[in-house]
Order: sequence, then C-alpha cells, then structure tokens
Amino acid sequence: MRRIYVKEDVCIGCRLCEIYCIVQHSKSKNIIKAFRNEPRPLPGVLVEEKGPISFALQCRHCDDAPCVESCITGAMQRLEDGRIICDIERCVGCWTCIMVCPYGAIRRDQNRKVASKCDLCIGEDIPVCVKNCPNEALTYE
Amino acid sequence: MLSLCKGEFSVERDDDRCIRCLVCVRQCPSDVHKYDEEEDRIYSDESECVGCQRCATLCPTDAITIRYKPMEMKENANWKTYHLTNIYKQAETGGILLTGMGNDKPYPIYWDHILLNASQVTNPSIDPLREPMELRTYLGRKPDLLDIEDGDELILKTEISPQLKLELPVLFSAMSYGSISLNAVKSLERAATIAGTYYNTGEGGLHKDLHKYGKNTIVQCASGRFGVSPDYLNAGAAVEIKIGQGAKPGIGGHLPGEKVLEEISETRMIVEGTDALSPAPHHDIYSIEDLRQLIFALKETIAYEKPVGVKIAAVHNSAAISSGMARAGADFIALDGVRGGTGAAPLVTRDNVGIPIELALASIDQRLREEGIRNNASLIIAGGIRSSSDIIKAIALGADAVYIGTAALVALGCHLCQKCYTGKCAWGIATQDPYLTKRLNPEIGTRRLVNLLNAWSNEMKELIGGMGINAIESLRGNRLQLRGVGLTDTEYKILGILPAGE
Ligand code: SF4
Ligand code: SF4
Ligand code: SF4
Ligand code: SF4
Repeated sequence: MRRIYVKEDVCIGCRLCEIYCIVQHSKSKNIIKAFRNEPRPLPGVLVEEKGPISFALQCRHCDDAPCVESCITGAMQRLEDGRIICDIERCVGCWTCIMVCPYGAIRRDQNRKVASKCDLCIGEDIPVCVKNCPNEALTYE
Repeated sequence: MLSLCKGEFSVERDDDRCIRCLVCVRQCPSDVHKYDEEEDRIYSDESECVGCQRCATLCPTDAITIRYKPMEMKENANWKTYHLTNIYKQAETGGILLTGMGNDKPYPIYWDHILLNASQVTNPSIDPLREPMELRTYLGRKPDLLDIEDGDELILKTEISPQLKLELPVLFSAMSYGSISLNAVKSLERAATIAGTYYNTGEGGLHKDLHKYGKNTIVQCASGRFGVSPDYLNAGAAVEIKIGQGAKPGIGGHLPGEKVLEEISETRMIVEGTDALSPAPHHDIYSIEDLRQLIFALKETIAYEKPVGVKIAAVHNSAAISSGMARAGADFIALDGVRGGTGAAPLVTRDNVGIPIELALASIDQRLREEGIRNNASLIIAGGIRSSSDIIKAIALGADAVYIGTAALVALGCHLCQKCYTGKCAWGIATQDPYLTKRLNPEIGTRRLVNLLNAWSNEMKELIGGMGINAIESLRGNRLQLRGVGLTDTEYKILGILPAGE
C-alpha cells in the first residue's frame, strides 16, 4: 500500500498541505469559499514545528491499526485498498481512537463531534497535500 | 534619528481573496506581515518589504501584489531618487552602502545591439532535430601545431595539455559556500554533473560532503586562500586563481563572522565566528611574473594533470593583462564583466567600476589573436549572461564558453531583490539561516538547473543550425555572423563587427 512520507529536511513549515487538505474535504472545494463561507473541516495533516525543524504528519494507515481495533462502533475501518477511514455517520465521538493512535494523527472535530483524520484523499491519484507541497517535502510511494 | 527613507514597495492584499491562511506571515523573512487575531486581519509593514515576491508566489489565493513604489520626488534629471535615498541612508548611518547581485544601472547592453545571421538560399541551414549538432567544448591550452605521424593509422605525437570537456559551452560561476547555502551548492554540483559541465566553488573551499563529486568541480584559489590545501586542489577538475570579480573589481571579499558557522568554518579552515576577509590583492602577486609563480606552484601541486586558469574582472587594460596571463601559463582566462553578480559589494563599486563584458571580450580575443597566442588559453566570459542568444553572440565574438551565476540562481528561484548581503534570502539561496535554507530543495534545484541548460542547449542548436553551422567550434570567433544596430563607429571597431546592412 502506498503511504505518504515526509522529508523533514525540506519541509518549510508553510502549512500549505493543511490548507489544501481543508479545501479538498470542504463542500465546494473552492479555496476561498471553503475558508470564508462554509463550515471548515479540520485538516487531516498536521504540521509540527519547533525552531527551524518542521514536518507534516498524517495518519500512517498502519498495518496493525490500533484505532480500528479499539473503535467501539466500527466507524474506524480499513477499506479494501488498505487505507483507514472514519465513517462519520457511525462515529460517536468517544475519542478512544485518539487515545490509542501512537502518532497523534487523529483530531477531534469539535463541531461535528467526530474523529477527523487523513483518508488519503479518496478519489485522487495523488493526495492533495503531496501534490501541493511547494517544496516536494511529501512523497506518496 | 528619524529615517528619511521610506520602503520601496507597496504590499497590496486583496481582502476578497485572502483566506487568512498565514502562509505570507510565515514565509516573509523580513516579518512584513503580522496577523491580528482580535480583528482577524493581516497588517503589513511595507517599510520592511524588499520585494522578493516570496509571499506573493506562495499565497494560495493570489491575494498579494507587491509593487515597486519608490519615493516619488519632484522630477529632477540630476538628482534621482537613487541619489537622494542613498544620501539619506548615509547621513543616517555614516557607512558604505552595501548591495547584492550585479550592476543594475542602464549602461549599454551590447548583446541587445547585436543580431545574428541565418542562412538563406545560397547556403543551407541545418535542422537540429534531424541532424547531429555539436555543442561540446574543450577548455584549456591548445597546441601551436599538431604533429601527426602518418601511416596505416594516424598517431598524434603532440602532447595535449589537460582539457576540461563540456557538453555545452556553459559553466556555473564561482559562488562560494557561505555566500550561498549548501543546498544551492548541491543543486549546482548535481546539475553540472548531469549536464556534463562544471560548477565553481568560489573562494569558500569545498564542503566535505562534496569532495567525492570533484570531477565536475572547478576549485578556486582566491586571495584569502580559504580552504586551500593539496587535497582541495586535487579534488577538482581544474583550479582557478581568482584575482577579481566583475561586481567589485579591485576590492576583496568579506563574509561576516555571524555567517561563519561550524560547517563553513570547517570548510574554509578558519575559526568559527570570525570574519572571513579576502584581501583586495593577492599579497604574493604584484606582477605577471608573480602570477606565473602561483600558476606553476598550483600546477606542481596537481602534477600538471589539470588546467589552471585565472579569473579577472574586466577593466580598462584587461587586454594587456590577458596577454600576460596567457603567457604566464594560464590554461583558461575567466573574464567577469561590469554586470557580474555578487553576494555583497559596496554599491558605489558595483555600480561604477569595470567595463562591459562584450567590449572586453572583443578586445581581448583580438589582442590574443594579433599576438598569436589565442590558443594559449581558453576564454570564459561572465557577467550578465541572460539567455542562449547572449551565449551564441559571446561565442561568435570570441569566447570559448560562458559562466552563468545570476541566471543559475534565477533558475533556483532568485527574484533579484539584491538583498543577498543581508543573509535573509527568502528563497533559501543566499542565506545560512536553517529556517530559510530548507526552502531550496536540492532535488528541485537540480532539476530546474538541468532543465534550463537543456532548454538553452536546444535553443543554441536552433540558432547555429539556422546559420548553417553544425558545431559550436565553427562559430567561435566567427564575427561575420554578427551585425550591430545603433552603435557608434568606435563601438563597431572595438567589437569588430559590421553594422546591419553592410
Ligand atoms: S506543504 Fe510541504 S513544505 Fe509546507 S508544511 Fe506541508 S509538508 Fe511542509
Ligand atoms: S492525503 Fe489527503 S486527506 Fe490525507 S492529509 Fe493529505 S490531503 Fe489530507
Ligand atoms: S498567503 Fe495569501 S491568503 Fe494566505 S493569509 Fe497571506 S494573503 Fe491571505
Ligand atoms: S516576502 Fe518578500 S515581497 Fe513579501 S512582504 Fe516579505 S519582503 Fe516583501
């Protein structure tokens, strides 16, 4: 299964990955509308930064995913192609997955009371964070 | 003291487009943009903007326009804003004004007054897509005569001096590690390797990670002798003695101590945090004879296996000096014209010292030919080469190859804001700040440089093919392929070309 990897030596902390992730998961997929007029989803990718060091972190789509195993409703699930997604219809916001994720890759969507994480951009050949990183700090391989 | 200088740029933000993503805030190295949480608004302090265009380029909604907005004074043909603001700054600081990049004053650019020839009817042009075209270039001393033994097989009896083999007549100019980032150096080194040409270490020594790529490296030996050791000299494919630089003829270099961090201090072999000062002259070179001594000392060190060249700034008597250099044993002469770039130079020197490279090249090529020593040394010219057509014109004027510095940095993202000397290059090129140097991903940098060289190669082939020439060798010094427009008789005479129509 292909995963996203980060090259932290060239991640410049611009956070454009987060921005394009938000746009991709918005209602209109129009960057200006998504940020100004629509409820804004959380980005599935999170840029960690300290001093000059920064890197973008998304769900690792682990082979032995503890979030899937511990999910009490079966919302957190693995799709056929291997990616792990959260079915927000079923998520009850108990945050069990957040506690067990070893990477801190799941976040609380306080508005919708559901777990929010990277879904590797369903329907895209290359995830939008990878495609839009201006410094090619993200790869999908 | 109240500063009388205002910023030079205006920052316009289209509020209908801005999504408050704060990319601009994070990207500006001059801290121009600040987010005000209370008002959910971004304020921009225009006075600090240097016009590097980083924010405008990365803004995902194209909300920013950076406009050049110099102070508009009452019109005065003598007292331009340039002079007024310089005087204001100096009245405030009492110091020499510094700048980066090459001379930006409107001195004549002769490339733009020279046109190329093409074949029509009487001689066929050549289509580079169908026929082989040769841009390969050898730099180094060429023999006076070839002694060939005739027989079943031809045997070359003349011993050929060491040569540099280039797949196209373009090299990357000397830019030191220190003046530019390691990522920039790595991009140049890798691109030179892929394209089959050379990059030049400048006077900053050779970083330990780069010794293994020496075969595409020209190592420089300048007046500060930074990082010079037998290992270093032998690591490269050629050695260049740097006497002068087009952006600052007659003066030395100065890398401030703040930039001399651990790796730079190690590479330059100087104490961390100390200023790296290159004296104005080489204190062991006061004559052509002294230069000859250094050339041969270096040749001894590298066992006469590689060419040794000398770089000078183009100045009034370059032709005579070049004759001396060619006789002193230089295998190549690098000539840097008045528009040559720099990481830092006094503004007054950059803008007023030196001569245009086109005139220097023509007069040197002519002089060496007249003296019958043109084959002693190859001529590499530098200083403001902007396009493949500039290169073709240079070669027809007599150059063997060109150095590109500024053009290479532009390919890496440089926007010519001329603030290299501040160490805050927004594009990660002329800086050592780890937060900024990351912005230049050497993989992308390499690709961009290789693309540029490929594009220029293709264009050069089109241009020479159009003249009916299939090898760049046949264009070298072929001034009949050039015609001038709008020049004076004296300029035609120096350039050795005819006016268009003649
Ligand atoms: S877009 Fe790329 S460079 Fe920018 S923060 Fe994300 S990973 Fe880093
Ligand atoms: S792959 Fe798609 S969903 Fe996952 S972080 Fe990147 S942009 Fe967001
Ligand atoms: S980068 Fe563009 S969209 Fe983002 S905050 Fe700045 S001006 Fe607004
Ligand atoms: S990033 Fe460059 S152009 Fe933009 S505000 Fe800062 S200095 Fe000006």
